[in-house]
Amino acid sequence: MQSKSPAVVEPVEPSPARRIGLFSLFSSPTVDAVALEERAANLAKRSLKKEAKVAGLKLAISMMDLTTLEGKDTVGKVEQLCRKARRPMEGDGTLPSCAAICVYPNFVTTAKKALEGSTVKVASVATAFPSGLSPLPIKLEDVRRAVEFGADEIDMVIDRGAMLSGDYAKVFDEIARTKEACGPAHLKVILETGELGTYDVVRRASDIAIAAGGDFIKTSTGKVQPAATLPVTLAMLEAIRDHWYATGVRIGMKPAGGVRTAKQSLQYLVMVKETLGDAWLTPDLFRFGASALLNDVLMQLEKERTGFYQASADFSKE
Amino acid sequence: MSDITRREQTNELALQFGNAWNYAPSREGTEQVSLKPRYELFIDGAWTAPKSNRYFATINPATEETLAEVAEANEEDVARAVTGARAAYDNVWRKLSGKERAKYIYRIARALQEKAREFAIVETLDGGKPIKESRDIDVPLAAAHFFYHAGWADKLHYAFQGREARPLGVAGQIIPWNFPLLMAAWKIAPALACGNTVVLKPAETTPLTALMLAQIFQEIELPPGVVNIVTGAGATGAALAAHPGIDKVAFTGSTAVGKRIQQALAGSKKRLTLELGGKAANVVFADAPIDQAVEGIVNGIFFNQGHVCCAGSRLLVEESVHDIVVRKLQDRMRTLRVGDPLDKNTDVGAINSKMQLGKIHEMVAAGEEEGATRWSATYDLPSKGFFFPPTIFTGAAQSCRIAREEIFGPVLTVLTFRTPDEAIEKANNTMYGLSAGVWTDKGSKSFYMAQRLEAGVVWANTFNKFDATSPFGGFKESGLGREGGRQGLAAYSEVVG
Amino acid sequence: MKKTQEKQVNPAGFVRGGAEIVKAERAEENVVTHRLSIPKAWKMYVGGAFVRSESGRYFQVVGATESADATTTNIPLASRKDFRDAMGVAQAAQPKWAARTAYNRGQILYRLAEILEARSEEFVRSLVRGGATEAEAALEVAAAIDRSVYYAGFADKLGALLASSNPVAGPHFAFTVPEPIGVFAVLAPQKLPLLGLVTTILPLVCAGNTVVAIGSDLDPRTVITFCEALATSDFPGGVINVLTGRAKELAPWFVKHREVRAIEAYSDDAALLTELERGSADAVRRTKTHHAVAREWFFDDRRGQGLGFLERAVEHKSIWHPVGL
Repeated sequence: MQSKSPAVVEPVEPSPARRIGLFSLFSSPTVDAVALEERAANLAKRSLKKEAKVAGLKLAISMMDLTTLEGKDTVGKVEQLCRKARRPMEGDGTLPSCAAICVYPNFVTTAKKALEGSTVKVASVATAFPSGLSPLPIKLEDVRRAVEFGADEIDMVIDRGAMLSGDYAKVFDEIARTKEACGPAHLKVILETGELGTYDVVRRASDIAIAAGGDFIKTSTGKVQPAATLPVTLAMLEAIRDHWYATGVRIGMKPAGGVRTAKQSLQYLVMVKETLGDAWLTPDLFRFGASALLNDVLMQLEKERTGFYQASADFSKE
Repeated sequence: MSDITRREQTNELALQFGNAWNYAPSREGTEQVSLKPRYELFIDGAWTAPKSNRYFATINPATEETLAEVAEANEEDVARAVTGARAAYDNVWRKLSGKERAKYIYRIARALQEKAREFAIVETLDGGKPIKESRDIDVPLAAAHFFYHAGWADKLHYAFQGREARPLGVAGQIIPWNFPLLMAAWKIAPALACGNTVVLKPAETTPLTALMLAQIFQEIELPPGVVNIVTGAGATGAALAAHPGIDKVAFTGSTAVGKRIQQALAGSKKRLTLELGGKAANVVFADAPIDQAVEGIVNGIFFNQGHVCCAGSRLLVEESVHDIVVRKLQDRMRTLRVGDPLDKNTDVGAINSKMQLGKIHEMVAAGEEEGATRWSATYDLPSKGFFFPPTIFTGAAQSCRIAREEIFGPVLTVLTFRTPDEAIEKANNTMYGLSAGVWTDKGSKSFYMAQRLEAGVVWANTFNKFDATSPFGGFKESGLGREGGRQGLAAYSEVVG
Repeated sequence: MKKTQEKQVNPAGFVRGGAEIVKAERAEENVVTHRLSIPKAWKMYVGGAFVRSESGRYFQVVGATESADATTTNIPLASRKDFRDAMGVAQAAQPKWAARTAYNRGQILYRLAEILEARSEEFVRSLVRGGATEAEAALEVAAAIDRSVYYAGFADKLGALLASSNPVAGPHFAFTVPEPIGVFAVLAPQKLPLLGLVTTILPLVCAGNTVVAIGSDLDPRTVITFCEALATSDFPGGVINVLTGRAKELAPWFVKHREVRAIEAYSDDAALLTELERGSADAVRRTKTHHAVAREWFFDDRRGQGLGFLERAVEHKSIWHPVGL
């Protein structure tokens, strides 16, 4: 049962979206799963060799949101991660920093401090991550606190239950209010695609997230399988593309969870390049949410540099 | 790193597919391929010099370099091949049990799989198609056809609902240059499975993979004469079709030549199947999954440089989504990589021959003359070889040549419609009837359209899909008979009872 | 009629034409009256109506045995324009005929069998008039009726027998269904005017095609009598159209009409059949010719009917649809 305390009661007044019955007028395009997956598989067949591979892998590093979202996270772990994000491989000055590190709100202060003077952003999950099933005021407070602590970016989760039960207005409103709560911070909206069942629902959730003010749309929390896949990312990129066609506004994309290998990261980059074009090939508009990916990318880069296949033991785990 | 420039409005009209991150060349190596400088005719299980004493060069259309010399079979050579096939039919093949025939055909399938990479490379060298297509489609599908039909050889008594299937005798088969190996497999596999022997004539611009197939026949010890391969141009094909010693003609190629063969066979009692041209309508409704439809449009017309008889060369778009579909299609076309067919990232390869390139240029000129608007993205085409940029025409009338005649190149004509019945009327307003596409999210509409589109193959929310189990062939002037599936066996069987 | 009087009429109850004397029913009065019989004007069957040739031409037949019109009879001699008109009608009727359910087409074919059965004596008389012996005629009529029943029961089965679900190697549901080809031009066998016509056209209409047929010109009256049966069955007008005329004159027009999608032709004239095959190339017509087919063939249920006849009446259409969420 929900508490009756005024602090946690949802606003009574209907939102603008509810008042105008926005979602009875609004319909997303449908997605054909087989053709979508076929296209994703074809894009994954692009062959990247030599300098294209090196350039792609470096780009991938610059787009990584190096993530740790575990119950056992500590200051020490977060600090190590920050070090790795600043300088992915000791002794190789040619490598870019990662785009951001992604942590729970409690570690934002730690991360912010550890990253001082670098270009690496601090992203914090919020809104009762990963389920999102807390009252909105609490979720908004979660966001405000994370921003107060210094988060540059907020990774929120949508209410998947509301999405699946057809309460699109609720999904929209929560995103819109989270966006307000973000203030200057950028908002990434996690759809948790692994719980949405079909690409059609993913597409609809993407459209709602974009319409409600998300700067990025993001596949997954990493806590649910399947997390990011190439086809689900493609479906979301198509939503971003349609928004650009309609408005000229560029929305970012972040596949998260499940991207573990250098090869996969290149497949995602190919997909972005050939779906949205050059403008999106920047950490401003594309991110990987990952933890294990970085080491595999570093190993592949080292292989390209030295010509030797690498051993994972030679690369620091954090 | 710059600060995030979020939700900023841009005023560009098209997505930018530039040089932010370039793919390096990724060329399939040709080291494992060893072509002979000269190929003789394959008759009676042996390589034999042509009585014509003539040879012609087969070139790589992407470089215009000669790959090999190939024997030109004259009437006498064709007659030798037919005699060989007849003897093999009478003495060996018809006497074999289906079970044993099956095992030979399985051997062919396996050998083809083992040599898949080599075949893919040669197919690309000789024909100009992108290596990713020959590697992922042509060769695996060719092997699949042998596997599929091998399994029929000892089950033909189930194929015709209680009726007996008897072989016809010697089949004369004439195949085109757009899918050289695949068409050879489509023709040879069912013929052998049904107990016939074969004389095959590959296209003059793409004979090499058929000749490599002959090498496989030797290696797997297919009895001599069961399949004979005679290379040459139109005259060789005509001699084969006209030879009184064959019982069946199977032809894939242009409607004009198909009609000549049908005419020549009048009164001969020879059986005939034809797979001819097409001008397929690809119908896109407003309720379609548009992004996937755009992929289907691209695959429909630019697959194999549009050298596909069932290519979706007429796009019929519901008027309400015409502009967005064309905009998306254009952006998608900007991402097509046109060029070196051996590069694994090439989407659109070389036009098969200089002659075909000329025909495409002529049709495109006609389209412009008739007032349609021509559009292509900017492509960096190789300076040597035969290439043509993927092209679309908008604002074309139903009566334009580019909307009625088969171009057999990477050229799409875009037309519009307002209601489903108008779409059907326009789609069927052609003497062709090979294939059609329909894109809609509504199941009942999909079936309504599929029932009414006059085409031997209807792809709903997909396009250019092929499978050995699925009969393929045309309505109207797109052909006679079917290839593939249970129904395709009828083309190589006399069904009794 | 009394038995004694029946001797004056032929076994089927008809009296001979014009000058024949008929005794009245009221035989007890023994009144002898003259009654002039009403010979029928024989017409072709197009679009569900009985029509003369637009050309005004006719040919004459003389009955071989006693009958109401054993005297010379005028039969419409169809012209190429009659063929053209019939083609137009058949084309218009085809989509609607194909759109009927297979069950409905089967019912209509069964209705035809019922009508033929009810009029079987008339058909026997007609065939005898055309030159058949009583025994031959009876056999032919029986076979024609049985063949109608045979195809009546096939209309809703050929789909199941000829179609397939194709297990393609991918995430698609693919299936192949038989569909009618369109309008068939038919040159019916000269011999066996009833059974030959039935054998040729019924599988075609069973599968949803429509037909323009040239009936036997050796016995056109049996052909037209069959059309009268058609007209009283439930066949919609235009599905089966039958012309009377000369094969040699009309059949060549089969291959000069672009809407003729397919041809079934029986003839003893090999040159004519070759001409049809050759001419078919211009439209890639599905043309099946049958040269000098023996009578017994038509009576043989294993050869004169079957699934093969329906296979020739259809095109296979393969349909693919993705399977996914």
